[in-house]
Amino acid sequence: MDLYAENILDHYRHPRHKLPLPKEAPPPTGEPACRTGRDQGGGVVIHHESNPACGDELTIRFGIKDDHIHNPSWDGTGCAISQAAMSMLAEEFENISIDSAAALTPKQIFDLLGVPISPRRLKCALLGLHALKNALHIHYGEPLQVWTQTVSGAVDEI
Amino acid sequence: MTLDISAIRRQFPILDQELIYLDSAATAQKPQIVIDALKEFYAKKNANVHRGMHGLAEQATTAYENARTSVQKFINAASPEEIIFTKSCTESINLVANSYSSRREGVRGRGSVVLSLLEHHSNIVPWMMCGAHLHWINIDEYGNTRLEQLDTYLKQENIELVAITGQSNVLGTRPPLKEIIQKAHAAGAYVLVDAAQLVAHHQVNVQELDCDFLAFSAHKLYGPTGIGVLYGKRELLEKMPPFIGGGMMIKEATQTGFTPADIPQKFEGGTPPIAQAIGLAAALEWLEQFAWKDIEEHEHALLKHAEHILKNIDGLKILPACHPEPDEGRHAQDVMVRRAHHDMERSGCLSFVLDKVHPHDLTDILGEQGICLRAGHHCAMPLHKRLNIPASTRVSFGIYNTIQEIDILADAIQHAQKILQ
Repeated sequence: MDLYAENILDHYRHPRHKLPLPKEAPPPTGEPACRTGRDQGGGVVIHHESNPACGDELTIRFGIKDDHIHNPSWDGTGCAISQAAMSMLAEEFENISIDSAAALTPKQIFDLLGVPISPRRLKCALLGLHALKNALHIHYGEPLQVWTQTVSGAVDEI
Repeated sequence: MTLDISAIRRQFPILDQELIYLDSAATAQKPQIVIDALKEFYAKKNANVHRGMHGLAEQATTAYENARTSVQKFINAASPEEIIFTKSCTESINLVANSYSSRREGVRGRGSVVLSLLEHHSNIVPWMMCGAHLHWINIDEYGNTRLEQLDTYLKQENIELVAITGQSNVLGTRPPLKEIIQKAHAAGAYVLVDAAQLVAHHQVNVQELDCDFLAFSAHKLYGPTGIGVLYGKRELLEKMPPFIGGGMMIKEATQTGFTPADIPQKFEGGTPPIAQAIGLAAALEWLEQFAWKDIEEHEHALLKHAEHILKNIDGLKILPACHPEPDEGRHAQDVMVRRAHHDMERSGCLSFVLDKVHPHDLTDILGEQGICLRAGHHCAMPLHKRLNIPASTRVSFGIYNTIQEIDILADAIQHAQKILQ
């Protein structure tokens, strides 16, 4: 099946939940741009990730309300696969519990994309998931995960 | 005499399939004769070098040292000892940078290194790692190095070395090496030339250039991976400290210390890339059957055709495609004169961006059709930052490419454009 299926191109051309986020001084990968705690009924987490091999960049932002993801948005540049996967993911995790969001797997991303992802495009497809996972790690005050953890098991799925 | 490209292509077994290989700047394909040389060594002559008294060891040593002489002749070095085998062009540059940082009897520790924005990371990061203070030569809107900035830097007394590419791996532009070397020497600075790209496309003569160091690898030169070359002037190499400690690089080792071997062994600790050196010699011998003039003419025709056909694709911009920096406006008249005379000369490769199409999507779709191009920042992030783009797509040529391949590429780019836009 064609990688550039119509649903992927539709998300690429008309990304969902994409909003301009502050671009100035992007934080180094792995460091939170800003974070508020759970006071005021929930925090806002912003996290930036890039794929240094190709220069794709994503910044992900969401609020947490009653332990659920609230009002997610993202911004970024990159290839059709990375941008479409992020757009689909943002639709998927809106209003789900943070526990469910933390449990999202590479396979779920591949299912959303609905096309076969070759090993060379793995990081493109999973950049959004990687950013989400690390945003949640920041929320929980946990150490960030590295790429090998994000893609672990994914190779068997593709 | 023009090259018989069909005959050349038949010598590359990998081209005997549906494949349009336009990624030779990443690594060139290998002619059968190089593949055979590697196979022959492992099948019939394999032994370690400089270590055994048996016949096989002697043969391997002779073949390895003959390869050194082949490289010496290829770049016209004064003596074979000035040729150091490393594992890569990158390691060659690191070797020099390490001497620089060691501040012992090696290259003087003056403190500053001048680089250009055309450099590959392999000619940037080693200088950062050795703690040098870096001065950057910018490029103008044609991708040429702004030599007046070099002049300014060289007036400062602490310039130790100028590290400059012989040919950009992104834009294909060639800084004027002779002029740069003369200027640097006049100011008492050394020059290291990163010839990784240059060496496969033009004749390199280190004595004529008078560069102090020159680095390249075999695999972009139709030879095997795993071996790089460092040329250095004898008097400098002799003063430099060893790089990698181990077997072969010592004269004597005791419980308290060691005396390094003479050059070149001083820099070749550990078992060297023996088969690869023999493969490199086979590649050089193969390449030398062609006149450089013929190779240059053929590749020039490919580039001109590619420029012509690609620039007519809607939304495609061939790099540099950048604006002059604000301070360049001061010589408006000078710029106009240069523009009038300007016919941008590229060598080996060109890179481009395509409106609304990310290089990775483009090269993925092209790859599905057996067309191999490189996408990304090509290990030249500072250059891409200067051009204000995150990534680009590169078309690079080898001796085996044809005009027809470029025509097919142009059609395929337009097809991909339709899918993605």
